[in-house]
Amino acid sequence: MTILGPLLMAAMMIVPAILATMSDTSDRKIAVLDETGIFYNKLQNDEHLQFYHIHSDLNTAKENLKTNGDYALLYIPKTEVALPTSAIIYSEKQPNLDTKSYIRRMMGKEIEEQKLLIQINKLKLDEADREIAMDIPISIKTSISLTTYKLSEGEGEQKTYTEIAMVIGIFTGILIYFFIFFFGAQVMRGVIEEKTSRIIEVIISSVKPFQLMMGKIVGIGLVGLTQLTLWIVLTASIVGVFQIAFKDKMPNQSAMVMNNTQMVQGNALAEVSNDESDLTAVFEAISSINFGIIIFAFIFFFLTGYLLYAALFAAVGSAVDSEADTQQFMLPITIPLIFAMIMAQFIIRDPEGPVAFWLSIIPLTSPIIMMIRIPFGVPYTELALSMVLLVAGFLFTTWMAGRIYRTGILMYGKKPSYKDLYKWIKYKG
Amino acid sequence: MSLFNANNITKQFSNHTALKSVSIEVPKQSIFGLLGPNGAGKTTLIRIMNQITAPDEGELFFNSEKLQPKHIYKIGYLPEERGLYKKMKVGEQAIYLAQLKGLSRNDAVKKLKYWFEKFDIGTWWNRKVEELSKGMQQKVQFIVTILHEPELLIFDEPFSGFDPINVNLLKTEILKLRDDGATIIFSTHNMESVEELCDHIALINQSEKILEGKVSEIKTQYKSNTFTLEYSGYNGSIKSITDNQFEVSQTSLEDGRYQATIKLNNGDANQLLGILIPHIKIHSFNEVIPSMNDIFISRVAESNASKLN
Repeated sequence: MTILGPLLMAAMMIVPAILATMSDTSDRKIAVLDETGIFYNKLQNDEHLQFYHIHSDLNTAKENLKTNGDYALLYIPKTEVALPTSAIIYSEKQPNLDTKSYIRRMMGKEIEEQKLLIQINKLKLDEADREIAMDIPISIKTSISLTTYKLSEGEGEQKTYTEIAMVIGIFTGILIYFFIFFFGAQVMRGVIEEKTSRIIEVIISSVKPFQLMMGKIVGIGLVGLTQLTLWIVLTASIVGVFQIAFKDKMPNQSAMVMNNTQMVQGNALAEVSNDESDLTAVFEAISSINFGIIIFAFIFFFLTGYLLYAALFAAVGSAVDSEADTQQFMLPITIPLIFAMIMAQFIIRDPEGPVAFWLSIIPLTSPIIMMIRIPFGVPYTELALSMVLLVAGFLFTTWMAGRIYRTGILMYGKKPSYKDLYKWIKYKG
Repeated sequence: MSLFNANNITKQFSNHTALKSVSIEVPKQSIFGLLGPNGAGKTTLIRIMNQITAPDEGELFFNSEKLQPKHIYKIGYLPEERGLYKKMKVGEQAIYLAQLKGLSRNDAVKKLKYWFEKFDIGTWWNRKVEELSKGMQQKVQFIVTILHEPELLIFDEPFSGFDPINVNLLKTEILKLRDDGATIIFSTHNMESVEELCDHIALINQSEKILEGKVSEIKTQYKSNTFTLEYSGYNGSIKSITDNQFEVSQTSLEDGRYQATIKLNNGDANQLLGILIPHIKIHSFNEVIPSMNDIFISRVAESNASKLN
């Protein structure tokens, strides 16, 4: 343990970093449809992003995107009066955060340069005009607003909000992490108490050990589920009240959506979008999230993730005589969970990459990682695969735990080694 | 007619053999003592009988039927190391444990109330178990074990931890249960209780059974034809009277009385008395019947010795 501990710690820091760099190595080509002409040749490529300009109409460009394998289409609509400060990204997968912020920076830099030029030109005016010109305030600093649309197979496109998805993803991921730990530990503690108080000897003549273990796991799971349901119901009611109270201050939802679609085709978007109030943006963002899927997924992944880990916790509890002895067995159980939490920060930046995919499939990390991915939208096939594997996972750990449990609860004294545990698994009934 | 049969039970753990071809036969409505030194294998055998673990070899029969899970409702088991959920209320917990044995809630409550009154712990119904003294907890455990009126009761060291008054209470209850039709197996080191209660015993040593049978028969078997005599009126060794026909050992008591232990090798008591009566005044004359304690010790010693050879 003295050697294994530091090795594991180091691995926890090194492996995520390696994995993170892995996901970024694919080259991404971005087609730029710049109706303003300002950014022509001004967008610099970096190591992964390659910009190339196209000249066609928007619909053709969107069709091409579906077939030419580009990462995204950056559409900068023509503006009437002001400099363009907004753009739209169309892509098949959610563009990751780094890409978006890079584009924002590039565009922002260019616009700021243009604004500076304008200011300098104003100084070249003769005195009378200059005074008037200088009275018109222009702020140099520009923030570019990027709207993202996800193109799907058919005709549809859906506005996406990366930032909100991130928040929800991380939040639910953390919730699952805590719930699994909290209730899993309760299972372990219950098993140890039964062992030390010797009530197990009394009960074991009436029920099979496996029944006792499952009863405990299911019972505590139901407690967790009740707590969860309570939280969801209460939160939903509070949000509902909030929405009703502020209904008048908010523009009509459907009108908002229609407006946006029209404005995309038109040019007004470029000039108007910065005026959108933050509140409406937030509400729009929230309403774009498919809460139904998130809640369903949360309940499913919590339950199955809990069942998987609770079985392991039960096995550990049955093998030791006191809570103090559990330390050495806790490490291998907690490592996948902690690893998933560490990887979370990379996953939200790249929710569709290979690392995200594998971690959301492997049963040990999938409850957390898949929850993080869901707000970004996950293909149903991947979701189904993850769920099936998770169910298989918990069936396996329950079986294994059952065999350790039925021997461990009657064993006192010597702390078993991993080899002993393995032997217990092999004992016949 | 035996209620319970264990035939050639063998059980091995990773590095030692707990039971080697052990067989016992428990007659119906008997009180059967399962004896043996610590580590002999008694608890393992008891666990196997309760279907907590399975034997590597051998078969078990309950009422001539192969032992199956359904039989747990007919068996009551009080383990040696026993406990209760500390934070649960006494009454609630007793009801739960009774239901595990197949009683309906109503039945359980009725019977529990009866027994709680009988054992004088009625006031503890709503208390948490951790508030009870150990003796009271043990009473609760005993009640829960017998509540469902099982045909077979198995007690592993039932008297350990009870004070003399409660030991007595327990003994009375065990006898009464037997009279009401139950068969009782208990393992113990308390040889006094074996004398008082058991009509059959089995002795296990180092994972083998070395003795089994009716207590009265075993005692007869171990009798050494020895008698104790208390007398007065003759100062000196009786040996001179008996003419070295018998083994005699003698001690003097107060007031001119003597006590002698005489082993009649081939003679009989009447013959001895005939020789002695003219010379001494007899105060008491008794056959020495070996105690279970002595039999236990000597038999185990025999068995260990023969293993060494």
